[in-house]
Amino acid sequence: MKLLEYQAKEVLALLGIAIPPGMVARTPDEAAAAASRLGPVAVKAQVPVGGRGKAGGIKLAKTPDDARKAAEQIIGMDIKGFKVPLVYCEAALDIEREIYLGFTVDRDARANILMLSAKGGMDVEQVAEESPESIARLYPNPWRGPLDFELTQLVYDAGLGRLARPIGALIKKLYRAIPDYDALTAEINPLVVTKSGEVVAGDAKLEIDDNAAWRHKDLEQRYGAVIEGDPYEVEAKKRGLTYVSLDGDIGIVGNGAGLCMSTLDLVQRAGGRAANFCDIGGGAKAEVVENALAVILMNPRIKGVLINVFGGITRGDEVAKGIITARDNLRMKLPLVVRLSGTNQEEGREILKRNGIEPGVNAWEAAQKIVELTRAAVR
Amino acid sequence: MSILIDGTTRVVVQGITGREGSFHTEQMQSLGTKVVAGTSPGKGGTTHLGVPVFDTVADAVKATGATASGIFVPAQFAADAMMEAAAAGITLIVCITEGIPIQDMIRVKDFLRSYPAARLLGANCPGLITPGQAKIGIIPQRITAPGSIGVVSRSGTLTYEVGSALSAAGMGQSTIVGIGGDPVLGLTFRDVLEMFEKDEATRQVVIIGEIGGSDEEHAAEFLARGSRLKAVAFISGRTAPEGKRMGHAGAIISGNRGTAKSKEEAFRKAGVPVAETTDNIVGMLR
Repeated sequence: MKLLEYQAKEVLALLGIAIPPGMVARTPDEAAAAASRLGPVAVKAQVPVGGRGKAGGIKLAKTPDDARKAAEQIIGMDIKGFKVPLVYCEAALDIEREIYLGFTVDRDARANILMLSAKGGMDVEQVAEESPESIARLYPNPWRGPLDFELTQLVYDAGLGRLARPIGALIKKLYRAIPDYDALTAEINPLVVTKSGEVVAGDAKLEIDDNAAWRHKDLEQRYGAVIEGDPYEVEAKKRGLTYVSLDGDIGIVGNGAGLCMSTLDLVQRAGGRAANFCDIGGGAKAEVVENALAVILMNPRIKGVLINVFGGITRGDEVAKGIITARDNLRMKLPLVVRLSGTNQEEGREILKRNGIEPGVNAWEAAQKIVELTRAAVR
Repeated sequence: MSILIDGTTRVVVQGITGREGSFHTEQMQSLGTKVVAGTSPGKGGTTHLGVPVFDTVADAVKATGATASGIFVPAQFAADAMMEAAAAGITLIVCITEGIPIQDMIRVKDFLRSYPAARLLGANCPGLITPGQAKIGIIPQRITAPGSIGVVSRSGTLTYEVGSALSAAGMGQSTIVGIGGDPVLGLTFRDVLEMFEKDEATRQVVIIGEIGGSDEEHAAEFLARGSRLKAVAFISGRTAPEGKRMGHAGAIISGNRGTAKSKEEAFRKAGVPVAETTDNIVGMLR
């Protein structure tokens, strides 16, 4: 789960990290009220994705009237597929310098990595590319966390020695997001040093591991409903499916992430565009197939569906029966191509044929067929 | 010959009395795998599927001399189960369980440093099978046949697909190893390729990778140094969209690595042909 900025900042505040005064506004009037309480504010779109500044999702407002106008423009705006549900009005900071601070999982090292750079702000990726040495790194022990001397070294390595004490203490607090909240990424960019010498989180990104949701039910309850993502993804999540929306018109169902991804590749190769990624897992039970089709058919752009299942432990005849049942229950009329292989594939294909579905023998032929059928449907 | 497992390997199943544990233990037994023990806290002293059940892995190892373990416990308990197996002296730990929190896996990986003899496969993997001899995990034996092709893969169903195409073409396998698709996992492509390199029975290898991380790139670097194995690679996820990522931390450490393009180029540079679709793999090995 990716938290919105104001949510991430609430968590940082719980960890003892200083955040600027701010208020959430769901309407332009609330934004105006916030500005009259806080003075000059930054009105910031709340979306779980980076790049909102460049997309026009952050505006400075000196007066309550400015704040109202800014909120009018920002609320409801679309930023990379997310409709902005609300803005966060935050007191403007007197910035002396901006620092980059972030924890994330380094897959290669199979460890958490902590990075600190004196060059904070928006272009930190460019800094990483051009002068990787200017980013100091530490792999904290996952059982005991970073030690004081390790952090002192890190801060000096980053050329921030003068701030060793306040930044070291702040990093220790931010690290708690890992053991306490199962954070996969905990980033403060910029970490602002104000003209009066305070160290404050200017922005905050926090991603919590979905696999650990059972340990953090409180977070899910508090924040889970606020983010208005893609409606199909929301519905799929309710039905317990692994589903990602894409922008094409061919629905895809596969069992196993690798097989499903390779199905997307084949559809593209055949000249089509997939509307989604939907992994129904190893079992491919009738109920799961029906849930997957139901979510896919919600999307009015869909012109046809390709199901690609390899039966390992699950028998092909069972999978075929499941697909027929799902299709009939949903009264599906759109072109449907099923590629079924593996255990009892012959019996499975026979069942499909008897029910009016011509089974594809291999995935490539099936991909070509659904692309052809959906094109015919357009004409 | 084979790698990691054969008909003599003594296996303990952690979580043997559960639904998944029971079902797959029977499958493992039907292939001839020596399942010598199971564990299920509170059920020590009983027998399940003809196998003695113990309360802990240490008890099972002491009584039966098990050296390998298959883990079928729920995600909340899986990290502890892996560490328990290592501490009990198990040298091959195969964790099938999916959905384990990444921070749990990071702590497990750190813990395993103290047990250098313990090799972890997975988690969230289909396990491994040496056709005709033994398996730990859930790879269906009917898609396999004994032979000289080593298969190493991040994906379960794609492995089955490739295995069944190879078997149908009369191209048997030495060992099929599913390393799993999680970001933080045990054995890597490179680790498994090093073992295949030393295994005389293996003459060719199929590598089935996917986007994310840079384990495929590391495997290609290993093969580029010269290998007696004839290899074919396949990468899934060429058209997968870039994740709706947030923050910069991930990009800073991974740079351009991790894309399908980067992985395919790495293999081609190493002289390893890359299959366009899984259907092409059999032809490319001939």
